[in-house]
Amino acid sequence: MTDMGFKKMAGWLAALVLVAASCLPASAQQDAAEKEIERYRAMINDPMANPGFLAVDRGEALWARKRGAKNVSLESCDLGEGAGKLEGAYAKLPRYFKDADRVMDLEQRLLWCMQKIQELDTADIVKRRFGGPGVESDMQDLVGFIANKSSGMKYQPQVSHPKEKEMLAVGEALFHRRAGVNDFSCTTCHGDDGRRIRLQALPNFAKPGKDAQETMGSWPTYRVSQSQLRTMQHRLWDCYRQMRHPIPEYGSDGITALTVYMVQMGAGGEITVPSIKR
Amino acid sequence: MKKIILAACIALASGSAFAQSASKVDPALVDRYVQSMWSKVSDEWKARVKQDETQAICSATLNAPSAAEFEKIVAREKAAVVFPADGKVMGDWKAGLKVANTGTGGQFSDKPETYKGGNCYACHQMAPSELSFGTLGPSLTGYGKARKFAPEEAKAAYAKIYNAQAVMACSQMPRFGHNKFLTEQQMKDVTAFLFDPESPVNK
Repeated sequence: MTDMGFKKMAGWLAALVLVAASCLPASAQQDAAEKEIERYRAMINDPMANPGFLAVDRGEALWARKRGAKNVSLESCDLGEGAGKLEGAYAKLPRYFKDADRVMDLEQRLLWCMQKIQELDTADIVKRRFGGPGVESDMQDLVGFIANKSSGMKYQPQVSHPKEKEMLAVGEALFHRRAGVNDFSCTTCHGDDGRRIRLQALPNFAKPGKDAQETMGSWPTYRVSQSQLRTMQHRLWDCYRQMRHPIPEYGSDGITALTVYMVQMGAGGEITVPSIKR
Repeated sequence: MKKIILAACIALASGSAFAQSASKVDPALVDRYVQSMWSKVSDEWKARVKQDETQAICSATLNAPSAAEFEKIVAREKAAVVFPADGKVMGDWKAGLKVANTGTGGQFSDKPETYKGGNCYACHQMAPSELSFGTLGPSLTGYGKARKFAPEEAKAAYAKIYNAQAVMACSQMPRFGHNKFLTEQQMKDVTAFLFDPESPVNK
């Protein structure tokens, strides 16, 4: 199905939910609305019809493409499991890398490999970090491809190295850090079970368990409303936007610290990616 | 005493299952991450991520301040509430509906002149006819009616919108007036949306 098809269907379905719900008393209306949304989720959750897999294919080609001053591919990049080994790498990221002496998430590590192995000018890559109309994002495609190689596996957070431990503690503090014109922290929306913003269900990330497992296990995801495969870097960028915070720097350690914390909360969660969401 | 019990209730309600390390980590270290995450933004935007004392205490205690901290925050925030000069806290409920329903403004994707809404519906149920409401905050359906439309209750509601922490320390609700996110007129209009007998909130 085309993107337009998806969008039309989403709009049609939203209208249907409202019409169906308006005939019922309030609590039943809510249940009916939630059931319809659940049905819609199940309907779009079809790998054969998920455009996110096009990004996976593009990512595979990018991984093997010779680029940069050295005109080599990324195939010798070590994502933590050994040079060029992709299976299960995403399930253990972010993690500490000795060669860089830093904890990195997948996107930071890819940028590092582009610079060190390919000697590729990453300014252009970072400029196109989030795809949109007329902008193809190499990072989204590469993350889609690499994360997909951990599909069916479980998140195994890496927290043995002191720098990984530091990232986890800082990530948790950042998660609870209130600031800005609305006094928001991540906890404001994601600190309790079963809450909603408008009609959107909010996963609880303030404790380990099902919410965090299911959420982390379904990123990167193809966002129907944006016609793009989105990564966790983009999700957190969007959260800070809604929190009325400034634009967080792409691939900064703060974003990685938050990711370390969220992966820890989602430990053991099964990875099924790319998923598809509204 | 009432406040101490309240603080204890909040402590119970917001205690997170994981929350071990957040309070132990060196704030200076967290600050370094904050600086680097926003090193390239303008000074005006940088100012947004600098915490005031209330934000810092609520963050460090995971919104469960000690009884003493609770009292101190409420006293400080209460002293900073500014009521309309003419003493009238009720505006136009129809304009208040717009404020409650609008979630734009103040985001880095917005223009500086973009209308800022209170986005009350993101977290609260209000008019029973509006189905798209959030559940992060309590339901406010029938708010004015339940308080017999009493003027002193309307004044208290205005104060709560202006600065929720003047009532409850570390409330999750934004301090709309204190942080100058909403204008005085907008806050009066939202108060009317809650307290006008003609408002759909009370229907």
